[in-house]
Amino acid sequence: MDILLQQIINGLVQGSVYALVALGYTMVYGILGLINFAHGEVVMVGAMVALSITQVLAGYALPPMVVLLISLLVASMVCMALGYGIERIAYRPLRNAPRLAPLITAIGVSIVLQNLAMIIWGRAYHAFPPLLPDSPHIIAGAIINEVQIAIILVAVVMMTGLLLLIHRTRLGRAMRAVAENPAIAALMGVNINAVISITFMLGSALAAVAGIMVAANYGIVHYYMGSILGLKAFTAAVLGGIGNLRGAMLGGVLLGLIESLGAGYIGDLSGGFFGSNYQDVFAFFVLIAVLVLRPSGLLGERVAERA
Amino acid sequence: MKLNHKSSVLLVVLAVVLLFLPFIADALLGRGWVRILDFALLYIMLALGLNIVVGYAGLLDLGYIAFFAVGAYCYALLGSPQFGLHWPFWIVLPLGALLACVFGVLLGAPTLRLRGDYLAIVTLGFGEIVRIFLNNLNAPINITNGPQGINMIDPIRLGTFSLSSEQSLFGLSFPAVHLHYYLFLACTLLVIFISMRLQDSRIGRAWAAIREDEVAATAMGINTRNIKLLAFAMGATFGGAAGGLFAGLQGFVSPESFGLTESIMVLCMVVLGGMGNIKGVVLGGVLLVLLPEALRHGAGPMQQAWFGKTYIDPESLRMLLFGLALIAVMLLRPAGLWPSRQRQRELTEEHEDYDSTR
Amino acid sequence: MTQPADTLLQLSAVGKRFGGLVALSDVTLHIKRGEIYGLIGPNGAGKTTLFNILTGLYFLDTGSFTFDNNSYTRCPPHRLAQAGIARTFQNIRLFANMSALENIMVGRHLRTRTGIWGALTRHAAARAEEATTLQRAYELLRYVGISCPAHTLAKNLSYGEQRRLEIARALATEPKLLALDEPAAGMNATETASLKTLLQAIRAGGITVLLIEHDVKLILGLCDRVAVLDYGKKIAEGVPDEIRNDPAVITAYMGGHAT
Repeated sequence: MDILLQQIINGLVQGSVYALVALGYTMVYGILGLINFAHGEVVMVGAMVALSITQVLAGYALPPMVVLLISLLVASMVCMALGYGIERIAYRPLRNAPRLAPLITAIGVSIVLQNLAMIIWGRAYHAFPPLLPDSPHIIAGAIINEVQIAIILVAVVMMTGLLLLIHRTRLGRAMRAVAENPAIAALMGVNINAVISITFMLGSALAAVAGIMVAANYGIVHYYMGSILGLKAFTAAVLGGIGNLRGAMLGGVLLGLIESLGAGYIGDLSGGFFGSNYQDVFAFFVLIAVLVLRPSGLLGERVAERA
Repeated sequence: MKLNHKSSVLLVVLAVVLLFLPFIADALLGRGWVRILDFALLYIMLALGLNIVVGYAGLLDLGYIAFFAVGAYCYALLGSPQFGLHWPFWIVLPLGALLACVFGVLLGAPTLRLRGDYLAIVTLGFGEIVRIFLNNLNAPINITNGPQGINMIDPIRLGTFSLSSEQSLFGLSFPAVHLHYYLFLACTLLVIFISMRLQDSRIGRAWAAIREDEVAATAMGINTRNIKLLAFAMGATFGGAAGGLFAGLQGFVSPESFGLTESIMVLCMVVLGGMGNIKGVVLGGVLLVLLPEALRHGAGPMQQAWFGKTYIDPESLRMLLFGLALIAVMLLRPAGLWPSRQRQRELTEEHEDYDSTR
Repeated sequence: MTQPADTLLQLSAVGKRFGGLVALSDVTLHIKRGEIYGLIGPNGAGKTTLFNILTGLYFLDTGSFTFDNNSYTRCPPHRLAQAGIARTFQNIRLFANMSALENIMVGRHLRTRTGIWGALTRHAAARAEEATTLQRAYELLRYVGISCPAHTLAKNLSYGEQRRLEIARALATEPKLLALDEPAAGMNATETASLKTLLQAIRAGGITVLLIEHDVKLILGLCDRVAVLDYGKKIAEGVPDEIRNDPAVITAYMGGHAT
């Protein structure tokens, strides 16, 4: 019982991170129909920048909460600039190019970011300083610490905020209009380029927050951490139905739960044949099964082929 | 095929160069480069196989390297001390290709009705699944030897003629890397021939039609599922065959040769070179194998020469430059370096879409 | 199933809904061999939905349809094309980056056999088939009256020629029924007149034609029989003269609800 609860908590924490990153993928996809392959690296940059900030501020004896807030702020700003730059340099010139061209520039961007990070921060694993008290709480036999509670809370706040932004504001309406039909939106006076830039910046800010969450949760950052996280988050976005914000959230949380429960129980289920190192296989199998049964993801709208 | 005078002269020159290339490379750059040529040929085969799937039929496959892995492991398991099996090359190689084909059909049959990017993520997931299995099937029963991979794989042997030892023919001595070069060259030419014949055929037209407009294609009586599956299976078969050759050349396989990075690399070759155009894909394959190698040999010494010391880790610098090159090429030539006739025209056309660069 | 021998297509009580929207309800009609049958109705009357059901892009919810004495009620598009229903699309769907000739050659896919082996070896039978395909494609280009070079990319053809190329591509499948979705849309008077001549020639060649059109004059001047759809229901059917004077049709077009 307590093991089950523990796995669910771990899954929720991991899923919150996936959901935030998945939102970045799904927003860009919704508006441009493009897989922003470099998004995972933005998460990594967010974590790395936060690491540098904490190192710089370490000498000033500031309260950890202040350090956390400053690093969140700076990392978000750096990532927003990065997201803006990526779109401007690698995607905007190719908006009318063949569909796979921006995919290749995206791959190029992620190779560049990864290696720049390696040059700046080195190959080593870095310890991320604990900024929140690491005091465990015990709920019904399962352990949850304050970092994990904070991760879930922050994720919920950010996702609610994003939904409000998209559905309640002028900007959000413009974003939905561009996603629906860019040409018509432009005719109605929406500045498409501005909307697209803002979309990238929003997604990147979420990525920065997610990066810090991962760093704080595991206490380790590394120049390679972005690619596998990005891959998982993209999977989550597709699982929920890419282009759909609520789908990305649902997909992220589900993927986190599937992985964590899969890792916990796959051994028992397979009579000990498969160990927890198959947790990724489990996640991908679920993905394939979902897509075969529901080709547009869980919450994706069925796109009826128009004749 | 009609050839005018100029292009037939070019073709003869190209043939002569290809024939003597290993000796030229050996003399000018060293034996290591002949081995790089072998790898270039392998990757060209892979890229041509993926080109059938992506370039001809328009199906985005991000897990293509899995088929390469299936072919390689098939060879490795049946021709090494791992199980004590030493089946001959001419059985193991086609078997690997066939097995890859079966995997292609098994994956494709349920998933090929998915739209573009969903198919991409499913194939990506499939690629990862294969890699994870290879990595972990060492316990409780040891099949793949896990992350250590499989060693001492039998060399490629055609009858009693072994490609792994120096042979002399016509008074010339051919080191192992040279022998592999000629075998791989022959295989590559065969793959090129098959690709050309397929493209210009009833099947090739059906692929192009599906790529252009799937609804119209099905309304014209094309069984889109079967034709797509055919593309998928053909691509997988080429991938599997290339995998067998890879295992034979290396004498060693491990899961880390078959990651997402490798899949993406092959896709880059296809897109960067020019999707759907055989010449473009070959060019892409050559460039993407040779460029990182050239950078590897250039990045360190260049810093030494210019600044007197090594500031930046040459490996990072090499990949950094490689990434920048990918971006630059796509920005300058969005349809690839050598686009096919159709795609080239597509790009010079005015677009009805909103123009966003203003 | 009893139906007159000269019936090619029989729709019985066909219904289709999208969520809460009833696109078609209880539509029954039959098309005889060798006639030109017209389908008119205001926008949103369900004409294209009916077309999509006939060509397998949608499955009907209720009712059934038979073609050439076989039931094809739930059948994928390529099977219906095989059975002999070929179509064009309201918003032209050519293979834009393939040449005019290649577009028609794709239409021959269905009536040719060459597979992988034939493609690789180009054995005698494969070569012969390819030669026939090519020859037939050239013939059809000329037949529908496309004068551009055969290797022009489809998207570079003029609008009228694109419409004609779609018809040629459909004819290449050797249909028994040629279904045209607004072939005259966007055409000027001269183009429409020559389209009319082409359709008459196609019928004279033994192919039954089903036509959706907004151009009521064209329909009434060309078709042997006409059905009128409104809000997913068949409100009239008959020879052009009957349709011209049918009060329900006049209401649907002139009064009642604007389109």
